[in-house]
Amino acid sequence: MTTQLPQIEFQNVTISYGKEIALRDISLEIQEKTIFGIIGPANAGKTTFLKSINRTLEFEPSAKTVGTILVDGTDISSIKNVYSLRRRIGMVFPLPVGLPMSVYENVAYAPRRAGIHDRQELDELVERCLKQSMLWDEVKDRLNLLGTKLSGGQQQRLTIARALSHQPEILCLDEFSIAIDPVTTMKIEDVLVELKKEMTIILVTNLVQQARRLADHTAFFNKSEMIEVGSTEKIFSNPEQQLTHDYVTGDFG
Amino acid sequence: MSKSDTNNPFEITANEIRGRNIENLVRLITLGMTWALILPVLVILGFLLIKAWPALSIEFILDNPEKNMTAGGIWGPLIGTFMLIIVSLLIAAPIGILAGVYLNEFARDNWFTRLINLAVVNLAGVPSIVHGLFGLGAFVYFFQMQRSLLAASCTVAVMTLPVIITSTKEALASVPQPFRVACWNMGASKWQTIRTIVLPNSISGILTGVILQVARAAGETAPILFTGAMISSRIADSGWASMVPYALEDRFMALSYHLYIISTQWQNVPESFKFGTAIVMIALVIAVNSISIGFRIYLRSRKKW
Repeated sequence: MTTQLPQIEFQNVTISYGKEIALRDISLEIQEKTIFGIIGPANAGKTTFLKSINRTLEFEPSAKTVGTILVDGTDISSIKNVYSLRRRIGMVFPLPVGLPMSVYENVAYAPRRAGIHDRQELDELVERCLKQSMLWDEVKDRLNLLGTKLSGGQQQRLTIARALSHQPEILCLDEFSIAIDPVTTMKIEDVLVELKKEMTIILVTNLVQQARRLADHTAFFNKSEMIEVGSTEKIFSNPEQQLTHDYVTGDFG
Repeated sequence: MSKSDTNNPFEITANEIRGRNIENLVRLITLGMTWALILPVLVILGFLLIKAWPALSIEFILDNPEKNMTAGGIWGPLIGTFMLIIVSLLIAAPIGILAGVYLNEFARDNWFTRLINLAVVNLAGVPSIVHGLFGLGAFVYFFQMQRSLLAASCTVAVMTLPVIITSTKEALASVPQPFRVACWNMGASKWQTIRTIVLPNSISGILTGVILQVARAAGETAPILFTGAMISSRIADSGWASMVPYALEDRFMALSYHLYIISTQWQNVPESFKFGTAIVMIALVIAVNSISIGFRIYLRSRKKW
């Protein structure tokens, strides 16, 4: 179900930290309501890619972006109210961060900031987000527990619930499953497939097979460059580049 | 060395014996230095207590000085110093805390910010008597506050600002950065993040720093010497007027100045009065500090990570 306009478009984007180039001349399109997988070894620029989409890269004083990033056809560097951009994007980073407040307040944080104060509405939202992140059954009886007191894997899922809480149109997941057991991971993957009906998902992952299972399109990043992008099927069965072939078959290095 | 015939894997080697000896030596030296720190404090406090003992009584604290300070007590100076602490706090806390929030949360790392930080560090090194003269020129004459409780409090506040700003920045910096990033990622603004996450989790450290600094500075003589302290002023002996005896525009008595006067300028003051004044002054500072430490313990027990 592709539309004419890609939801996210990178046009010759180069990002550097001081003299060090983190992403070199990236051009790609991500279609609405698809899952876009990004694979690649450490230090390939995958996390920088995600940070550039919601402009949290601006908090790194040395970061410099050249080129154009479009979200829904709008150049994001021209957006005056950057918070409206960030509210449309859910972001999950690999380090689990439970905010120092209750589980309930962790998930209700963004909706409250957006002006939702009706108790019943908040209750329903919190329950739905925690269910989608497969955390509800473990915390439903102790929603007043501090978010920081949860285990690492639980905090990771709390982070996912928070990212969903402001009902984003784009969900970015960076290694969301490193602290989560395989069974729960599979359950969350099922949820992601469901969520694809409502939102665009960008999935950065070290687990090559996870990208293969979930992504419609996949990009392979290596050493700050995008080596190849295409349909997941093509990337995994018939890649154009030898490097991509080596990486997805495990011969890399 | 282990004997080859016993071949005990747990037998101690010469190398390990040497290591253990060095460790014992280091522990003894550090322990000795700790005692070298504590002993003088205990000796001074004990000496003061013994010397002050004849004068110490409830009346000594609650009565005003009488007969050229050779009789009565120190209520006037005590309440004066206490009021100085309170007014200085009210002036220094908002300015110092808000400046610290700006420098730690909003300011970008550029030459201007570095200049401000350099100024703050250098201001902390200015001697208190210089602050006293600055207060005389700035508050007493330029802002025409005359010599008053307000002028003295402003001087004490200016003197404590650098340390308050520094301790506020440290307390804010102790809140982990990922908390802020998580909020920004959810579309919260900087101020929303500060209000909901950063300040609630650093306010205990901030307030403790502020109270400790102001209490310490209010015990000094130099900043109030030219700006508002006076040798003697009759205040009411009882009732509300004795609880809040000085208005902001009044000159006031203070413990540090009182001690200086009766030690160096006045004749025939009983020796126990001088030491008694010193003990009460130390007790007041310790009491104010205890309040802030108790406050910190209470807030830390609610700390959330």
